[in-house]
Amino acid sequence: MSQWSQALSGFARDAAAEPAIGGNRGLQLEDPLLFEQDAPGRTGVDLPEPPAADRLGALRRQGPIGLPGLSEPQVVRHFMRASQKNYGIDMGLYPLGSCTMKHNPRLNEKLARLPGFADIHPLQPESTVQGALELIDALAFWLKALTGMPAVAMSPAAGAHGELCGMMCIAAALAARGERRQRVLVPESAHGTNPATAATCGFAVEAIPANERGRIDLVALKAKLAPDVAAIMLTNPNTCGLFEDEILAIAEAVHAVGAYFYCDGANFNALVGRVRPGDLGIDCMHLNLHKTFSTPHGGGGPGSGPVVLAASLAGFAPLPWVVHGPAGFRLIEQAEGPAAQAIGRMKGFHGQMGMFVRALAYIMSHGADGMRQLSGDAVLNANYLLARLGDVLTASYPGPCMHEVLFDDRFLRDSGVTTLDFAKALTDEGFHPMTMYFPLVVHGALLMEPTESESKASLDRFIAVVRALAARAKAGDAADFHAAPRFTPRRRLDETAAARKPVLRWRKAAEAAE
Amino acid sequence: MRYLPLTDEDRGAMLAAIGAESVAALFRDVPRAAALERPLDLPLALGEIEVERALARMAARNLPASAVPSFLGCGSYRHHVPAAVDHLIQRGEFLTSYTPYQPEVSQGTLQSMFEFQTQVALITGMEVANASMYDGATACAEAVMMANRLTRRHQAILAGDLHPHYRETTQTYARFGGFAIDARAPDPLAAEGLGALVGSDTSCVVVQNPGCFGQVHDLCTLAEACHRAGALLVVVVTEAVSLGLVRPPGEMGADIVAGEGQSLGNAPAFGGPHLGLFAAREKFVRQMPGRLVGETVDAAGRRGFVLTLSTREQHIRREKATSNICTNSGLCALAFTIHMALLGEAGFTRLARINHAHAAALADRLAGLPGVRLLTQRFFNEFTLRLPRPAAPVVEALAGRGVLAGVPASRLWPGRKELADLLIIAATETNTEDDMAALTEGLREALR
Amino acid sequence: MSTIKYTRDHEWIRIEGDVAVIGITDYAQSQLGDVVYVELPELGRRVEQGKEAAVVESVKAASEVYAPISGEVIAVNDALSGEPGKINGDPQGEGWFLKLRIANPKELDGLMDAKAYAAFVEDLH
Repeated sequence: MSQWSQALSGFARDAAAEPAIGGNRGLQLEDPLLFEQDAPGRTGVDLPEPPAADRLGALRRQGPIGLPGLSEPQVVRHFMRASQKNYGIDMGLYPLGSCTMKHNPRLNEKLARLPGFADIHPLQPESTVQGALELIDALAFWLKALTGMPAVAMSPAAGAHGELCGMMCIAAALAARGERRQRVLVPESAHGTNPATAATCGFAVEAIPANERGRIDLVALKAKLAPDVAAIMLTNPNTCGLFEDEILAIAEAVHAVGAYFYCDGANFNALVGRVRPGDLGIDCMHLNLHKTFSTPHGGGGPGSGPVVLAASLAGFAPLPWVVHGPAGFRLIEQAEGPAAQAIGRMKGFHGQMGMFVRALAYIMSHGADGMRQLSGDAVLNANYLLARLGDVLTASYPGPCMHEVLFDDRFLRDSGVTTLDFAKALTDEGFHPMTMYFPLVVHGALLMEPTESESKASLDRFIAVVRALAARAKAGDAADFHAAPRFTPRRRLDETAAARKPVLRWRKAAEAAE
Repeated sequence: MRYLPLTDEDRGAMLAAIGAESVAALFRDVPRAAALERPLDLPLALGEIEVERALARMAARNLPASAVPSFLGCGSYRHHVPAAVDHLIQRGEFLTSYTPYQPEVSQGTLQSMFEFQTQVALITGMEVANASMYDGATACAEAVMMANRLTRRHQAILAGDLHPHYRETTQTYARFGGFAIDARAPDPLAAEGLGALVGSDTSCVVVQNPGCFGQVHDLCTLAEACHRAGALLVVVVTEAVSLGLVRPPGEMGADIVAGEGQSLGNAPAFGGPHLGLFAAREKFVRQMPGRLVGETVDAAGRRGFVLTLSTREQHIRREKATSNICTNSGLCALAFTIHMALLGEAGFTRLARINHAHAAALADRLAGLPGVRLLTQRFFNEFTLRLPRPAAPVVEALAGRGVLAGVPASRLWPGRKELADLLIIAATETNTEDDMAALTEGLREALR
Repeated sequence: MSTIKYTRDHEWIRIEGDVAVIGITDYAQSQLGDVVYVELPELGRRVEQGKEAAVVESVKAASEVYAPISGEVIAVNDALSGEPGKINGDPQGEGWFLKLRIANPKELDGLMDAKAYAAFVEDLH
């Protein structure tokens, strides 16, 4: 059997859970699903009945769809109640490692909703969208300047999509050189998207081991490098929160065999304004605008993943390109002229415009000075956690760390408490847990990324709680941890049942029983 | 700096606790040659007023479709979004939460996704739907890759009236993913004849309904041809509102539906962010890409929701995942769900009828102009006209007069002379009588 | 008496004449946690020693089950699709995965016996 992950669900029914008469508990208000509030004919949008028209003939829908009818107050209340069962960065510390949960300025929301950005159609004549093209160009300028790279592909829709873009550019560049290289090297600590992306592009993935300092083992890497290696995919700072201090030697070795150096830019928040990937020998890197540049995560997207490219890859950037023309900005939408080698299109239209507006507003708000300050504060905050928690938790590697700090579960040894239990106990204390069980290179990982958005007072409160919980775990209070969380809108959920008999949609009781 | 809470005093105290001399000392692992000693030579921090002024100036250089009569469609549509939608999606608990990996404190997102999946399954007539993809074009490419996995075949046939951005995106994925694409030539009325092309190596046929020129297709015969040959039928829907009036793909034999959901809850926003819809037959669920939410119970026996069947996904399966996708379009999907909840059955079907009625009335009017011919016989809210001369300059001229007249086919299929005179026009509930009169008169003038 | 052998990848294999019954060990199921899904090969497929023969999934992990020896699949345990929990409850009994017609009995020589496997698992801790 192949390897298994370290995470188990830890679910157990609690027969002693107190019943509630109506299901509500104080401000935690329950609400039936939309489908359970249906009254036929009711609607929350008043529309006039139009004159009859029929250009569909037999292709008209027959029978009802089955959508429920609700009024506006019911819908508003339904989603308000739902919202209150979520934890967000607006509420408190969200130290989810590798996810960069930083403050989302509301100015950015306001600007993205200006009609001049929100209400423009992607296929309007270019003469009517010069401001939009100017904005894309302005953001592209900043992204190139901050990374020290000559080109950027703006259209990828998210980080993983950016990875795909980068690896496709590399594959295209190799093809243009007349080479067929099949191997892509990925560190064991990499995000799962890295191997998945390489595989989507048809590459064979090989793992590179880490050394005892949590960095790439340069000797092992060199042993694997050969003329059939297409690229290395490296995250820097890596997912252990460490800067790859041999990165210049890595780049040199990779380039020496004619391979490309892809960098996963998920952790660029640690470096922005202080280190330019272009100065590290990187050929290609995606930027998660929803991480470093604070576009909201929105419960899982939308993201945006522009990819900065070295000169050797720039010509392969996907369509469309925004260029300066004689009559203002212009879109190149076909693989011709200067874009003759472009890999083609990766999504519909021109990229995540709404996210570009937010990211540019964020960058202009910080400026060159603020960017440098924010990465400094992000790294300072993570190191402060390491310094104040290092004696009670077990840090996987000595500091300094970068923007995130990695602990493992050695401090829980023989306590009967797992990383999962510890995380659930933190939610009872009003914190979102850190990333658990990732990266896979240490046992029971706890990866904390406080970001620059936290004040010292906020970190001190978190530190006090983590220290107290660690003491409680060591004192043998395992049962308490196993029962956590108790105060959240739901207790632990039965993920095994969900996966064994998947219920992926609501059905009427009669249908569901079939 | 208004977004940074640390004071210099805090920084000093924290450095002392760490035992570091300076913040720069924390960056000691960065090779000296690559460390920037000072801020880059770029503009410095700005206050809210200055940032707002700068971006508002850029916004003012665009002509918003909300300010003028506008008839653009082709994969992105302007519909009226009720005020409650934007209010609710800006709740910080929705806006500023991450992927719901901790279900106990993410029930709001999870329950909403479960409702989204149900709505998408219902309107497409399919059994299951996922929690959304990046957009319709990437959903289309992922649908082809899913069909390849299910059939273990590696060739897809794309209908000629599939949106060119969807075709090109799928071709890009195919080029690097090692599968073949047979993309048919654009034909405003194509699709039904595709059955004859299906062979023993065909994994799927991809058709768009309504097609990119607006034509609505009967897919039943094609579905049978696909299934006889062991291939799958993938149906693309770029205008979700059409599903309120047009016979849904699930009733015509679709195996996978890949769609664009922007029409509900989301502004055109120059083409992004949008949200991909992805639905399929239940027996294919383990080959689906993207996130899925399932119902379960918590330790106290209460109903709750979790991300499920995660072993398909990259964070567990790594290079063997069904897709490399990580993010979905969570907040866009939430806006879709809220808008659809407000509409309900009565509102959604009426909205669709209004769109259809507006388009029918407009088509009749424009077809009466000298030299103009209506090509599309069966359509929903979008149709294609043949003008007596190339459409792009006509559209440009009308834009100069403050009418966004539609999409010239040459924008999407450049270099195809036979399409140069075609103009694709969409009408929605946002178009008034005055808008339609302005377009009719504008076009009459421009063609004189 | 039947012979049971083990692999370093935590599969067990029971020899019954020219047929081998294959499953995953108690150690494997305990590491995996609650099994939620199995993907079994189609009948008649020829599997090769050390190559993927099935997939077993828990909530947060998916593992390939490798064929301990080469052979043709002559039976699969269909009961597992409805009740994958059998793999946790009785991994070496009702939780069996598939039966192979043994192609090359010599391949059995490289596998561990119960004692060697127990020692191997002990070493993993």
